[in-house]
Amino acid sequence: MGLFLILLILTIGAFGFFIGRLKAIKLRSASQKKITSLNHYYGYYIAIFAIVPSLLVFLAITAFQGYIVEVYVLSDFIDLNPNLLASDKNLLLAQIINTSEGIKLFDEISPLITDAVDKYIYIEELIDTLTYVIVLSVAGLLSLFAYVKIKSNLDSRKFVESFLLILFFTCSLVAIMTTVGIIFSLLYETLKFFSQVPITDFLFGLNWSPQRVFVRDSGDLDTRDLQNAFGALPLFAGTFLIAFIAMCVAIPVGLMTAIYLAEYASPNLRDWAKPIIEILAGIPTVVYGFFAALTVAPIVRDLGQNAGFTVSSESALAAGFVMGIMIIPFVSSLSDDVINSVPQSLREGSYAMGATKSETIRKVLLPAALPGIVGSFLLAVSRAIGETMIVVMAAGLAAKLTANPFDAATTITTQIVVILIGDQEFDSPKTQAAFALGLTLFIVTLLLNFIALQVVKKYTERYD
Amino acid sequence: MNKVKISAKNIDVFYGDKQALFDVSMDMYEKEVTALIGPSGCGKSTFLRCINRMNDVIDICSVKGNVSIDGHDIYDKSIRVESLRENVGMVFQKPNPFPKSIYENIAYGPRIHGMANSKTDIDEIVENSLQKAALFDEVKDRLHQPGTGLSGGQQQRLCIARAISVNPEIILMDEPCSALDPIATAKIEELMNELKKEFTIIIVTHSMQQAARVSTKTGFFHLGKLIEVDSTETIFSNPGNQKTQDYITGRFG
Repeated sequence: MGLFLILLILTIGAFGFFIGRLKAIKLRSASQKKITSLNHYYGYYIAIFAIVPSLLVFLAITAFQGYIVEVYVLSDFIDLNPNLLASDKNLLLAQIINTSEGIKLFDEISPLITDAVDKYIYIEELIDTLTYVIVLSVAGLLSLFAYVKIKSNLDSRKFVESFLLILFFTCSLVAIMTTVGIIFSLLYETLKFFSQVPITDFLFGLNWSPQRVFVRDSGDLDTRDLQNAFGALPLFAGTFLIAFIAMCVAIPVGLMTAIYLAEYASPNLRDWAKPIIEILAGIPTVVYGFFAALTVAPIVRDLGQNAGFTVSSESALAAGFVMGIMIIPFVSSLSDDVINSVPQSLREGSYAMGATKSETIRKVLLPAALPGIVGSFLLAVSRAIGETMIVVMAAGLAAKLTANPFDAATTITTQIVVILIGDQEFDSPKTQAAFALGLTLFIVTLLLNFIALQVVKKYTERYD
Repeated sequence: MNKVKISAKNIDVFYGDKQALFDVSMDMYEKEVTALIGPSGCGKSTFLRCINRMNDVIDICSVKGNVSIDGHDIYDKSIRVESLRENVGMVFQKPNPFPKSIYENIAYGPRIHGMANSKTDIDEIVENSLQKAALFDEVKDRLHQPGTGLSGGQQQRLCIARAISVNPEIILMDEPCSALDPIATAKIEELMNELKKEFTIIIVTHSMQQAARVSTKTGFFHLGKLIEVDSTETIFSNPGNQKTQDYITGRFG
């Protein structure tokens, strides 16, 4: 029904457009005076009046519909039991809706429910009808209003201009509001989590075993053990260990690739090599995941055993190595651009002093490009810290506090996945811990991105 | 009369298919300033860059002919381009100090060529070079601040100091004053008069007045050809060629 109504509104808008334009044409031929705007702007004028407010009204009704229905349908139940929980309300409502659609989950339906079903069908139909009447009359009346307002001195061109301004502004607001929304939802759950587990235990605790919550629920342990179950330090350590290994791979390889592409490769070679390297960044991380788990991890294990190390079959080294390969293009592509944008005059200045190519690169170009290169490193680090799939598949899930790259390790993102897979109670500290982890991760990557952007910005100002 | 320092014979330069210089032959003399003048795109900078083989840096550029310094062919296979450039310094159109401190800018050349063994040696070279470039007094208190923080004229003198830090015999200057104001230009011209006692200087310039002020010999380029080369006095008072006459009297260019 919503779709049909929207189509109706759009039809009214299109109709309004033609009417508006027609009136403008008439005005133009009738009066000798100049009309301020081109004909089609008068069309848009009516169309905007017809479409925008009625759509907003429609959205508002839809948003409140659920609440109105709930209050009306459940009024009898609330009279009986004023302390009805939100979850019980949802359950009741679901039962009523199912019954109204003819789905029988229970053999016996209480008369209270049967009444509620009737009420539900009644209110739904009423609201539907009202919506049509209200929305369509808003569209129609406002079109009429706009039509009447069209005179030769109406500046509809300016009106359209300000409408577009508002439209663009609203769209840019969407991204910002989404970020803010995500932060608040994370923050809300995180605060709930910290009301049960102290923040210091979370940040500095050495033991991560959220599964113990279930043990507590079964009555074997007291709450003090609960606090000891959420020490996230092993996760932070694992995250940084794997990110560190990844950077050990990505920084040298990426930087040297960038130097080769920027300074040594012929323009032809550069033109086709660069996109191919950038493909690395486009491979789905799941694919890297099984590459890491099935190919690299066994190789690392065999090599390590031959060399006399004890290597577990899922190791931080394998995951970090593959992650490093994945982020090579982040380092190489950005560094390449940065090295390239060092002015040619500096190269020539160095060559003119009798420096060789590699001396010029090491002593002039890299120092000059350093801020931009560091920026690319920081972006790559935040990518490495946020990466999940490779670690899930190749590094294991054991939350151990270790600096040994041959050992299994786990990261913040991996634990979030592990926690949130399957059925969850949303008031359990275990689930809320995922939000606390998410917020921590968000803050860390946000800081890194912020620093990276500042560094890059400083760099771009440099040669002006 | 000084002896011939640089001798160019039958130089052709190509950028890809396009020929930029046509059969240029010219001698340049020791401890003199030789000016190269001509309208934009006439090939005077290209010719200058043949003398320290800076054209090698450009992939599509090829040079034919023979350039010799003190009788040695600089395009010979046995010549290392790095040592050539150690001997032939260059100052560019736009001041291009490295994004390093003033001190490090000048220490750069001596370091890569292993000319100094200790810090005191380098200190000495830095001070000497700055003195010769008439910049020392202005920057002696801030040697360790970025070279890019200096004014345009100071930056260009820093680049001159950098060029002379490795004791070259020849300094090439590619329109060194075109980005500078008249006062800074006057300082550089004054400096060139000092420097020519010690170095052979070749300067490309757009300004005929500048050529007349600083140089002993002047070469006039037009459309990739060397039209005329003679003593500066002759070129500006009594040129042998009609085109030179037209150019210096401002009829074209």
